[in-house]
Amino acid sequence: MNVKKRLLDGPRMNRAIKRMAIEVVERNRGLDDLMIVGIRSRGVPIGERMAKEIEEMEGTPVSFGILDITLYRDDLTLVAPQPVVKPTKLPEPIDDKVIVLVDDVLYTGRTVRSALDALIDFGRPRQVMLAVLIDRGHRELPIHADVIGKTVPTDANEVIKVKLTETDGEDEVLIMEK
Amino acid sequence: MRTASSALKSKDLLGIELLTPEEITLILDTAEGFKEVSERPVKKVPALRGQLIINLFMEASTRTRVSFEIAEKRLSADTLNFAASGSAVEKGETLIDTAENLVAMHPNMIVIRHKHPGSPRMLADRFENISIINAGDGAHEHPTQALLDAFTIRERLGRLQGVNVSIIGDIKYSRVVRSNIHLLTKMKANVTLAAPPTLMPAEIEQMGVRVVHSLDEAIEGADVIMMLRIQLERQGKLSFPSLREYYNTFGLTRERVRRAKAGVLVMHPGPMNRGVEIASDVADDPKVSVILDQVTNGVAVRMAVLYLLGGAHAGGSE
Repeated sequence: MNVKKRLLDGPRMNRAIKRMAIEVVERNRGLDDLMIVGIRSRGVPIGERMAKEIEEMEGTPVSFGILDITLYRDDLTLVAPQPVVKPTKLPEPIDDKVIVLVDDVLYTGRTVRSALDALIDFGRPRQVMLAVLIDRGHRELPIHADVIGKTVPTDANEVIKVKLTETDGEDEVLIMEK
Repeated sequence: MRTASSALKSKDLLGIELLTPEEITLILDTAEGFKEVSERPVKKVPALRGQLIINLFMEASTRTRVSFEIAEKRLSADTLNFAASGSAVEKGETLIDTAENLVAMHPNMIVIRHKHPGSPRMLADRFENISIINAGDGAHEHPTQALLDAFTIRERLGRLQGVNVSIIGDIKYSRVVRSNIHLLTKMKANVTLAAPPTLMPAEIEQMGVRVVHSLDEAIEGADVIMMLRIQLERQGKLSFPSLREYYNTFGLTRERVRRAKAGVLVMHPGPMNRGVEIASDVADDPKVSVILDQVTNGVAVRMAVLYLLGGAHAGGSE
């Protein structure tokens, strides 16, 4: 795969995540009921950074959890080998909370569908919002993001590669061609 | 990521002997993810939805059968329990015929326990589109037991490599010990065995273990003491003078645990013969005994095995 374009570098990614954090705060009255939940794997560091930004802005820590959606994928019986399963970690019950699901790229919407199913098995949140770093279009399900870092029109044969210091050693977003 | 080790090579789990250290690690890591599922308010995930799993138990079992069944249900699989008693087996049907008939109803996996070593392998070779899981075959192997033991040790001590594990009791008739020796030596733990001479197979040292002849020697320096059940049903007649004498020489008592290393873990695969291989006050002491942890972890480990084997090949999409 060749790199076609660099969509975000480190500083621009940081600004995008900061802005996403601000939007989450603006859309909610108070942080008491708020929980940021990162979807494994790259939604986790992005969610952590958003939680940190919110804490710095507002002076109070915000609840943060991790959701593993592997077991809820709709293609589990179609893919081999089986994807790696890791624990879901939610710091407290999610009943009546406002959950902000965080992922790196919103594409078909199938990951978010799985995440909603997984989340509902833990309780009944008051509201679920979706925050993504990149929205690249091509939805296959009726799902939209509430908070978006950057919207990028793409072709179906393109791949969005999000790299994060925590998982990949550096911060950047690339658009690649298959 | 770990693409190279994210799959099991075989469609079946027949024994630990056939697994690589990477596959063992994959199962144990996956089980960590599943342990959390059992602590949720809704203890169920849709991973094996629509798959049929038959539990073919031709030999008595409570713990293993119940544990497999819970694991299957928590993965949303459909389960069917088949026991030898009350079935056509009592009318003389052979294992192959029983299995052929069950397979004609399109299960995705069969979990089998049988008194004859090698019967899971026989089914695995015969049915190439069905995953066979060995839940204990005679005195051969009991792979999921060894995996849950390893998971429990790793959870408590943080590692397997270099851990000193002493296994004491009925070495000769135990499938648990064979699976555990394979697993622990593959993962570079140090295994010591102790038993009366009549219950110690000749030349078992060739499996890479140390053999000692008293319980005290086995306990010295051990991080884990694993007691085995005296399998009265397999022995025919007793291999030692009396149960009382066995308890006096090889029974794990409070006094003997006191001489062990601080922080030692006491394990037992169950069912326990209290007052034969283990004293009640040791088995029930939460400071040393992890026997009930083993049971809890058994579900997570079996979920991991079912999940890893229940992929595309078992879904019939190939």
